[in-house]
Amino acid sequence: MAEFIDLVLLAMLAIVALRIIFLKDLFAVVMLFSIYSFLSALIFVSLDAVDVAFTEASVGAGISTVLMLVTLVLTGRKEKENTHSSLLPLVVVLVTGAALIYGTLDMPPFGNADNPVHEHVAPRYIEESPKEVGLPNMVTSVLASYRGFDTLGETAVVFAAAIGVLALLGVRRRETEDSEEVKQAKAEADFTAHHVLRVIAKLIIPLVILFALYVQFHGDFGPGGGFQAGVIAAAAFILYALVFGLQLCYEVVSPKFLQIMAALGVLLYASVGVVSMMRGANFLDYNVLASDPIAGQHYGIIIIELGVGITVFAVMLSIFYAFASQVGRPNAK
Amino acid sequence: MLVMDIISSILLLAGVFFGLSGAIGLFRFPDFFTRVHAASVTDSIAAILIIGGLLLQTSFDLNTAKLLFILLFLMITSPTASHALAKSARHGGLLTLAEKTREQNQDQKEAN
Repeated sequence: MAEFIDLVLLAMLAIVALRIIFLKDLFAVVMLFSIYSFLSALIFVSLDAVDVAFTEASVGAGISTVLMLVTLVLTGRKEKENTHSSLLPLVVVLVTGAALIYGTLDMPPFGNADNPVHEHVAPRYIEESPKEVGLPNMVTSVLASYRGFDTLGETAVVFAAAIGVLALLGVRRRETEDSEEVKQAKAEADFTAHHVLRVIAKLIIPLVILFALYVQFHGDFGPGGGFQAGVIAAAAFILYALVFGLQLCYEVVSPKFLQIMAALGVLLYASVGVVSMMRGANFLDYNVLASDPIAGQHYGIIIIELGVGITVFAVMLSIFYAFASQVGRPNAK
Repeated sequence: MLVMDIISSILLLAGVFFGLSGAIGLFRFPDFFTRVHAASVTDSIAAILIIGGLLLQTSFDLNTAKLLFILLFLMITSPTASHALAKSARHGGLLTLAEKTREQNQDQKEAN
């Protein structure tokens, strides 16, 4: 039964991917991408990887879709017609795909108990994690403690993405102020136009932020952690900006604040490692953060997850600001 | 308990039936607004039935509370999303089927 569900989901994934390739309407393509991410999240759940499924659903089917839709406002909906022949790329893709499939024929059966991937590091983590780290969620203990250096790299990569986007686009402040009549008309239009959306947004946004905080600090006990929490909190503020206007959102969370927050998250994460070094152990060795090694592990994991959550939230919201503030620039379409 | 299992499976099957009929309606209805109506109404009732069926499978613990929260969230946001969709279509100038046929009849009358 589980294989049947997997088969159906993978078939739907392939159909969606094929449809994405042959569609020329980019709005529909963005929606299909969101469906693709959601189907991947379902497949991950069926493979018992709920943390990954959570991250995939929130990032792929959530934030990514919103950012691509904002890009569509700037670039336009139709894909340009393809002028060159696609015979050579098709041949390259078929040859590479055949080589990859031929390479997988030699691999051990899927999920077999004595596969090499289950032999060396994984049993050690599974057996030692309750004794060394003591968290119920083993994914967090591997992500934040055993492989904490890799997660520092991931956070730095997210931060570098923000630097790239802000350096290329920047958050554009409005240059010309509207005249008084235009401002008055706009204010009246906003007030009477979107009653239902405003009420529901005011109802939902505090709950979404609360849920983001819950996911952030519950990552030790269930699926969750910094990445998902940062994305969910950013989604709440993006909803606010969409319903109440970008200028109002600037006043609530200013772009300068977000730049400082993004850097602060990575700094927090790295400084935990430096504190470990100052106490005489290796970089990012949490055992020395408290008198009891297990308590030290818990402190270390909570603080670095906070750093990850802060950085991801600030970066996602900064990227949204950078894209959305470009709407209405003078030399745009 | 067998009775709970039977009721829960009936609710789940009914939810699946309504979800499927909503999906069929998305293809078969002639106009955008009728399609949105089909999708949103069947989506709400399918959510209630499926989560109701799942509620009966839990044993009144934390999972029950979580499912109720999910149901509340879906009931608030899903109709709002359909409302936003229909409102933005109307704002963009999309006409309903009745208005379109009325315009076509008027154009035909003027042409004759």
